[in-house]
Amino acid sequence: MDLTFSEKETAFRDELRGWLSENPPPPEPTEGDEDANYAWRRDWQRTLYDAGWAAPGWPAEYGGRGASLTESAIYFEEIGRARVPLPANVLGLLLGGPTLMVWGSDEQKDRFLPPILSAEEIWCQGFSEPDAGSDLAALKTRAVKDGDGWVVTGQKVWTSGAQHSKWCMLVARTDGDVAKHKGLTYFLMDMEQEGKVQVRPLRQITGESEFNELFIEGARIPDDHVVGGVGNGWKVALTTLMNERAGLGFALQVRLRHLLDDLFEAAAARGLLDDPLVADKLADLHVRTEQIRLLAWKGLTDIERYGQPGPEGSLVKWLWSDTNQRLTQAAADIVGPEALTGGTRWSYELLRARGNSIEGGTTEVLKNIVAERVLGLPRLKAAA
Amino acid sequence: MDFGLSDDQRDIQRTARELLGARATPERVREHAEACRTDDALWKELGELGWPGIAVAEEHGGQGLGAVELAILCEELGRTVAPVPFLPTVLAATLIEHAGSDEQRERWLPGLASGELTGAAGDAPELVHGGAGAAVIVILDGDGARVVEGTEAEPVASIDPTRPAARVPAGAGDSLPGDVAAAADRALVAVAAELVGVCDRALEMTVAYVKERKQFGTPVGAYQAVSHRCAQMLLDTEGARAAVSFAAWAADADAERLPEAAAMAKAAASDAGRDVTAAAIQLHGGIGFTWEADVHWLFKRAQLDAALLGGASAQRARLARIAGGRAAA
Repeated sequence: MDLTFSEKETAFRDELRGWLSENPPPPEPTEGDEDANYAWRRDWQRTLYDAGWAAPGWPAEYGGRGASLTESAIYFEEIGRARVPLPANVLGLLLGGPTLMVWGSDEQKDRFLPPILSAEEIWCQGFSEPDAGSDLAALKTRAVKDGDGWVVTGQKVWTSGAQHSKWCMLVARTDGDVAKHKGLTYFLMDMEQEGKVQVRPLRQITGESEFNELFIEGARIPDDHVVGGVGNGWKVALTTLMNERAGLGFALQVRLRHLLDDLFEAAAARGLLDDPLVADKLADLHVRTEQIRLLAWKGLTDIERYGQPGPEGSLVKWLWSDTNQRLTQAAADIVGPEALTGGTRWSYELLRARGNSIEGGTTEVLKNIVAERVLGLPRLKAAA
Repeated sequence: MDFGLSDDQRDIQRTARELLGARATPERVREHAEACRTDDALWKELGELGWPGIAVAEEHGGQGLGAVELAILCEELGRTVAPVPFLPTVLAATLIEHAGSDEQRERWLPGLASGELTGAAGDAPELVHGGAGAAVIVILDGDGARVVEGTEAEPVASIDPTRPAARVPAGAGDSLPGDVAAAADRALVAVAAELVGVCDRALEMTVAYVKERKQFGTPVGAYQAVSHRCAQMLLDTEGARAAVSFAAWAADADAERLPEAAAMAKAAASDAGRDVTAAAIQLHGGIGFTWEADVHWLFKRAQLDAALLGGASAQRARLARIAGGRAAA
């Protein structure tokens, strides 16, 4: 057991920390202007890219640094610690790129990876549908063979960043006559198809629109934009999903730490640290936040050292969403009615946190995964 | 960064699991618990193997290993609820070794390390679980601690009959002159480690039971009301385990972070111990409430350990001061 970083890891951290402190992004544009905010994050990714810091975890041959899992985690911790935004093309960098590295042809890698890294082409993820959420394999969007390509019709939902995206990682049904997991294919769909791909923002409980509905009506996808082969979409999609939380968890964990530090400060400023009920609640949040950090590191280093993940992956996301919800709710008590006024940070966090236990795998599904795959409990037969 | 055990530590863990699996069977535990006595033969064997002195310095008759190795043994003994005074004895030894005078160390440590003497530790005012029959009892009292001879204590029954209690005369004993706070943090890690073992076993027994037990033609473990509570037990257990690993590592390698790490470990493990063993009884259904099901020994041990040397609330009060102090700075 050694809970310190190696010399190489420390050097990596120090180099990045030094670079981040010398090259901070310009101030965030005014709240509420989502396009300006997006442009700001895109510019920030270009700055990272020019300095070789857009995706250090990517292999050097694809423009990364070939950083280890630990170094990649350090990267996200430091991004969080410096309170700078994540790169705009986070889905391309964390999901699309790594999926192509596993399943893509050489031509696809050459064509698609460089503009992901430079933020020239933004990516979004077209998996969920109105009737296929947790039960993703039940999706209905259809792709029908037509000459040297495919014609796609259907609807996707929760597509973050779709309005800014050039490419969509799209899973569609190409064979309706086989078992539901087997008839799927993974495509890269060009979002710029006038009248055939329509993006409609979904207004969420915070008032903003991070997510979209995607209406696809006869969109065309050429054969060479199939990833991993026709009918193999479920396996390719799993690669994407497995990448979904690996790195991001570290940035979220640090973000939670910042929120808690700020809540401690808010409590101190109001003289509430001497209130035993407030102190107990804050300390409980402190324990949970540290457990998330420790479990995240334990999960990651176990993979790195022993080649197989423990149960931590599912536990971290569950505990993180639960803790963020507890924290932002506690803030409403500690900060007081000010926390419930419109447009403030705490009111935003309070509302945004409700999405945490739904997005990226609901807590209920995570509990099923833990029960079935970690504890080996029998699976309840789904109602017909 | 590596949370894994070294090869030597794995050997200790494997040896302990095999030995206790053979010696501290549920039947043996029940037999001794019902007779309200410790398993003297097992205790003698553990003493011969050097277990009670695993973290005691060699100059005092111990093996001179660290908090991580001690935590491994505590966890394994917790898993089996072994009817031996291991945890109480190592708590006394830890406090005397790290906060005692030379004279106190010389007087008590060789006997505690070899298992010839047993010890116990608890909070003031006077009731110490696991203290009955102990040769020496350490009482944590405010910022200080006192060493009391066991002959001054009066036995009292405990809900966990493998840890009979003792009432110590108020104010009795000699003070420990050293850094009691740091010594107490090391002791907390050992208690928290035993709790992790208790949780781990409670979860293991529960999962085995809900896979077997059928109602409405289905193993009850397939119902999400049951399976999700099992998942919660795992989250509580693994969260406590991560905190204990950090604290044990800090005790050996990073003394500055030990106070915070130890408080977190004890807070997490105390809550987990209570919640996980209560869930174990519930998920065993009516059987779980019976004497024969053996789940209650885990619940009872968890109750004692959760409160021992300061429960979750007391640890969180400390943590709020530590973390709040940083916020104010």
